Amino acid sequence: MKKDLIKIIISFILFVIALVVPFQNIWVNKIIYVISYLIVGLEIILKAIRNIIRGKVFDEHFLMSIATIGAFIIGEFPEAVAVMLFYQIGELFQSYAVDKSRKSIVALMDIRPDYANIKKDGDIVKVDPDDVKIDDIIVVKPGEKVPLDGIVIKGNSYVDTKALTGESVPRKIEQNDEILSGFINQKGVLEIKVTKEFENSTVSKILDLVENASSKKSKSENFITKFAKYYTPIVVIIALIIAFVPPFILNMGEFNDFLYRALTFLVVSCPCALVISIPLGFFGGIGGASKLGILVKGSNYLEALQKAEIVVFDKTGTLTKGVFEVQEINSFDIKKEKLLEYATYAEYYSNHPISISLKNKYNKKIDKERIKDIKELSGNGIVAIIDSTEVIIGNKKIMNNFNIKYEEVEKQGTILYIAIDKKYVGYIVISDKIKDDAKDTIKGLKKNNIKKTVMLTGDIKKVGESVAKEIDIDEVYTELLPDDKVKKVEKLLKEKSEKSKLVFVGDGINDAPVLAMSDIGIAMGGLGSDAAIEAADIVIMNDEISKILTAIKISKKTMKIVVENIVFAIGVKVIVLILAAFGISTMWEAVFADVGVSVIAILNSLRMLNVKKLQ
Amino acid sequence: MIKIKYKLDGLDCANCAARLEDKVKKVDGVEDASVSFLSCKMTLEIDEKRQEEIVEKIKKVVKKEEPDVNIKEI
Repeated sequence: MKKDLIKIIISFILFVIALVVPFQNIWVNKIIYVISYLIVGLEIILKAIRNIIRGKVFDEHFLMSIATIGAFIIGEFPEAVAVMLFYQIGELFQSYAVDKSRKSIVALMDIRPDYANIKKDGDIVKVDPDDVKIDDIIVVKPGEKVPLDGIVIKGNSYVDTKALTGESVPRKIEQNDEILSGFINQKGVLEIKVTKEFENSTVSKILDLVENASSKKSKSENFITKFAKYYTPIVVIIALIIAFVPPFILNMGEFNDFLYRALTFLVVSCPCALVISIPLGFFGGIGGASKLGILVKGSNYLEALQKAEIVVFDKTGTLTKGVFEVQEINSFDIKKEKLLEYATYAEYYSNHPISISLKNKYNKKIDKERIKDIKELSGNGIVAIIDSTEVIIGNKKIMNNFNIKYEEVEKQGTILYIAIDKKYVGYIVISDKIKDDAKDTIKGLKKNNIKKTVMLTGDIKKVGESVAKEIDIDEVYTELLPDDKVKKVEKLLKEKSEKSKLVFVGDGINDAPVLAMSDIGIAMGGLGSDAAIEAADIVIMNDEISKILTAIKISKKTMKIVVENIVFAIGVKVIVLILAAFGISTMWEAVFADVGVSVIAILNSLRMLNVKKLQ
Repeated sequence: MIKIKYKLDGLDCANCAARLEDKVKKVDGVEDASVSFLSCKMTLEIDEKRQEEIVEKIKKVVKKEEPDVNIKEI
């Protein structure tokens, strides 16, 4: 790149000398022009010749060569040099811009660990992360990247999760905590028992996702590719017609005059400005988003997101923290501890947050042998045999299904009714907290033209509606089974206007079908959840619901830039083409239309790399 | 169908990338192809049974279209 810059500077100086110094002999000026031209243009001409030999005609090098050589032939020396010179300046600028955004993305993705310290027989050996197996013990020193996912078995520390989550506050890590690859250890030495091989570790999954993002192209990008395919040949054909038809067939004037107009056409024949600036805008948008912990799986999703009209939220884990806590235990006939014990055993294998909160409250070792049988009735509850006792646990529906007499409890939260040997023995109240940023996010969405916000939940009506009311969501559907959620989303998809999009936001744990069927599926708290990363189109790495709003803003800004570039680039080119056809615009304007527009469009796209203020 | 990714070193013009994508898509047996100028990557979806033959053809197309580009499997 430096060599190119020197060439351009020398050529430019010569060009200015030839332009402003009135030499006695006019040939001196002309020779200086030619030298200045060859310094920057020889390489282009050689490339053009090479390409013609290989049968590539509508190549930009060829068109530039023809345009400039033609200009020399009709005696327009300054124009010839200027076109080539500015073309090269444009190229240099373009490669600088591309380089810069490539680098900023690469830096962003600089989370790939180079090695792992494996502990074997007391020794520590440096190995490739690929060679580490599950259950191996690895050691991560301060300042090092965690190479594979695992569980901390020794030591405690703070880890920097910024590369994955966009979160700048370090996370505390203690013994028995899960730790993910891509985190950076800050303080103490950690010993980690590996739970996933490298290719399945978080860092590999994320790198894979980001690297593949550019292969899913947006409609705008495909439009430009198609446009470029037809644009160049059409312009060249019109140029040929202008050069020959008016002077020879219509007898409208001098051939030289029309040839000049035709050459001006060729200067604007390259669709470069569009072809580079549109993908660059999306690239910047996706890169900027991942800087903030929002992974977008393709520019098509980024493009679609700005058309969102309906946003559907899952409740638990999305709008609420999903951290359930046992608030109250009420038992009849048996001891409270016994009730909790049965409940915890029955829910032991469930992956629902309720199970976790029970285990936390119970806080004793669980003897799995005692669990003889478990039947999960989706959306209702669980029937389990613990020792030889039948335990039925769940919501009202399951009590009704088994014809168990119980008293309905009117309390805030999820109520687990428990029956032992078909006799109602008590209930446990578990409740969840609404996320701090949920209310502001819903407000912000409405400001950003989202027409309707909907909440779907399997939770009971009372809880669902009170959450919805508190955060001001438009519609709420409660007591839904996984199937019902699919049906509701289907209905909402039909309801929305044709061109707009439906966004579903869930935690990816049991809403994979809904994530997949909505126009754009967004998974929250994707970090560490393979299912979420798999099923969603956009993954929010941490569990901040406000990132949805950020993502929509990024999408809007990206599309604004893309549209600006398309309109501006095509607009200017068409105007210059029309003016050139009538002999009004000169080659100078054509150079601007080509290079100037490229530079401005690229600069416009680069704005996308700065996303901080959208947060 | 199998998905293969290639790194295209030296891909230095956006228009060329678009044109290359178009040409590669036309190769017999290629279900889908995508060339990303910015990440210098080519993603192919091709018929698994004829993988070798198709990849050979695609390499030729790349060499012809962009002689300065180095193609590497990743």
